[in-house]
Amino acid sequence: MIEVKNLSKLYGTTRALDGVTFTVPTGQIMGFLGPNGAGKSTTMKIITCFMPPTEGQVTVDGMDAQDESLAVRRKIGYLPENTPLYTDMNVIDYLTFVQKLRAIPAAEFPRRIKRMVEQCGLGEVVRKDIGELSKGYRQRVGLAQAMIHDPEILILDEPTVGLDPNQIVEIRALIKELGRAKTLILCTHILSEVEAACDRVLIIDKGKIVADGTPDGLRAASQGQDRLFLEIKGPVPEIRAALEKLPGAARVAPLEGDGAARFMVETAGGRDLREAVFVLVRDRQWVLLELRREAVRLEDVFRELTAH
Amino acid sequence: MRELKGYFNSPVAYVILTLFLLICGWFFASGLFLVNTADLRDLFSVIIPLSFLFFVPAITMRSIAEERKSGTLELLVTLPVRDAEIIVGKYLAALFLLACALLLTLSYPLTLGLLGDPDGGAVACGYLGLLLMGGSYLAIGIFTSGLTQNQIVAFITGFVIIFAFFMLDKVVIFFPGSIASVFEYLSVTYHLENISRGVIDTRDVIYFLSMIVVFLFLAVRTLESRRWK
Repeated sequence: MIEVKNLSKLYGTTRALDGVTFTVPTGQIMGFLGPNGAGKSTTMKIITCFMPPTEGQVTVDGMDAQDESLAVRRKIGYLPENTPLYTDMNVIDYLTFVQKLRAIPAAEFPRRIKRMVEQCGLGEVVRKDIGELSKGYRQRVGLAQAMIHDPEILILDEPTVGLDPNQIVEIRALIKELGRAKTLILCTHILSEVEAACDRVLIIDKGKIVADGTPDGLRAASQGQDRLFLEIKGPVPEIRAALEKLPGAARVAPLEGDGAARFMVETAGGRDLREAVFVLVRDRQWVLLELRREAVRLEDVFRELTAH
Repeated sequence: MRELKGYFNSPVAYVILTLFLLICGWFFASGLFLVNTADLRDLFSVIIPLSFLFFVPAITMRSIAEERKSGTLELLVTLPVRDAEIIVGKYLAALFLLACALLLTLSYPLTLGLLGDPDGGAVACGYLGLLLMGGSYLAIGIFTSGLTQNQIVAFITGFVIIFAFFMLDKVVIFFPGSIASVFEYLSVTYHLENISRGVIDTRDVIYFLSMIVVFLFLAVRTLESRRWK
């Protein structure tokens, strides 16, 4: 369990973190979302004992990250931003090196390396220098490095940055698989990543937590709006007036369209207006060309909370 | 030990070693053949100390600066090892490389052994002195490597500090007595000459050891500097 209490961090006079408080219970996969520069990496660096906070406290399983730094570091597997690796070592040497530093008994090295090679799909590259590997493979080596001591806590800082779409899907699947039965913090500014993998989302902006909940919960909390996209053939002003009069229509906005009238209707309180729209069109003898309902996406929640 | 592989995996180590041997060998051999004297004192008090000025900061310039630049330092210090262990590990690896270089220069006294009869004790003392001096230089080099993320800057600052210690006893004549003796005590060359003369005085050994400890301590502080920001 990770407990972060009232964390603040000043870089010079810039306040990177401002009273951040949250708890990650054991076994949870938490997505840590925020625009670039919101303080995600700073928080991660404090949890992993890279640097101390200006104020506040981090405890991991009840141990203070500053006072019992070595014990905390033993529990954590960390993949920093941009996946730094020793480019002049080959994969096996590197994993061996990390195990030595983690004081894993030498007898276990082959077994652990084998498991990581299998899990992370490194079979083809074990003898290659890390410098020769593609970005996707490097990311896998980074993950293997973070997981090799079978940590209880895994912290991944933007693990899919710079990968191509295929690699992103692979790495994401890998994270999801590896993250089972572990406490995992996944830092990212990519929302689909969070939707795909996380039990819980924390959104941070300008050093402050602005939202905390499950992906579904956040969507529901965000005004509970649904949107209808309509395309109707008929007299445009009349259609618009009729739509605005529908009970439950919060806002009607015309969209670009050729010939037919296209509208976006926002509905309040999660009401489903599709039936009412259909009845309206049928009664007036217009022609309904398109009727599509779209739920609020996490992207919208994110934008709403962090756009300035 | 952990850093050692890094050194020998990269061509840097071999390039530096070769250069070092070439330079030392050249000066040694030119003395041998041109002037027709075979003088080990030159080797121990001039040739190798001079080449150490460049050679040592070249070994150490990468050690921390490179990690800082590539970000691997963040990985390293979040592993469960103490900052001091990291520095000592890097130091020992560099010291090993330096010892290899010195070992390879053994060929010069051995060559002389074929021609004449060099004083074995003096040779041993000379090597001990060089190892101690090189060890202090390495500590300085690691410290300056920790100050920056630019290898060139690390090399130059390292060189300047080492050069200052090297030159101290050459400028003492310009200073009045009391300061001069302080300068002389701080000077690396002064202590080196004592040892290579065959006199192993604990004061000289302590001088070098304290140099090593002080600069390694400062190097640890540079790693910790991330905490002060």
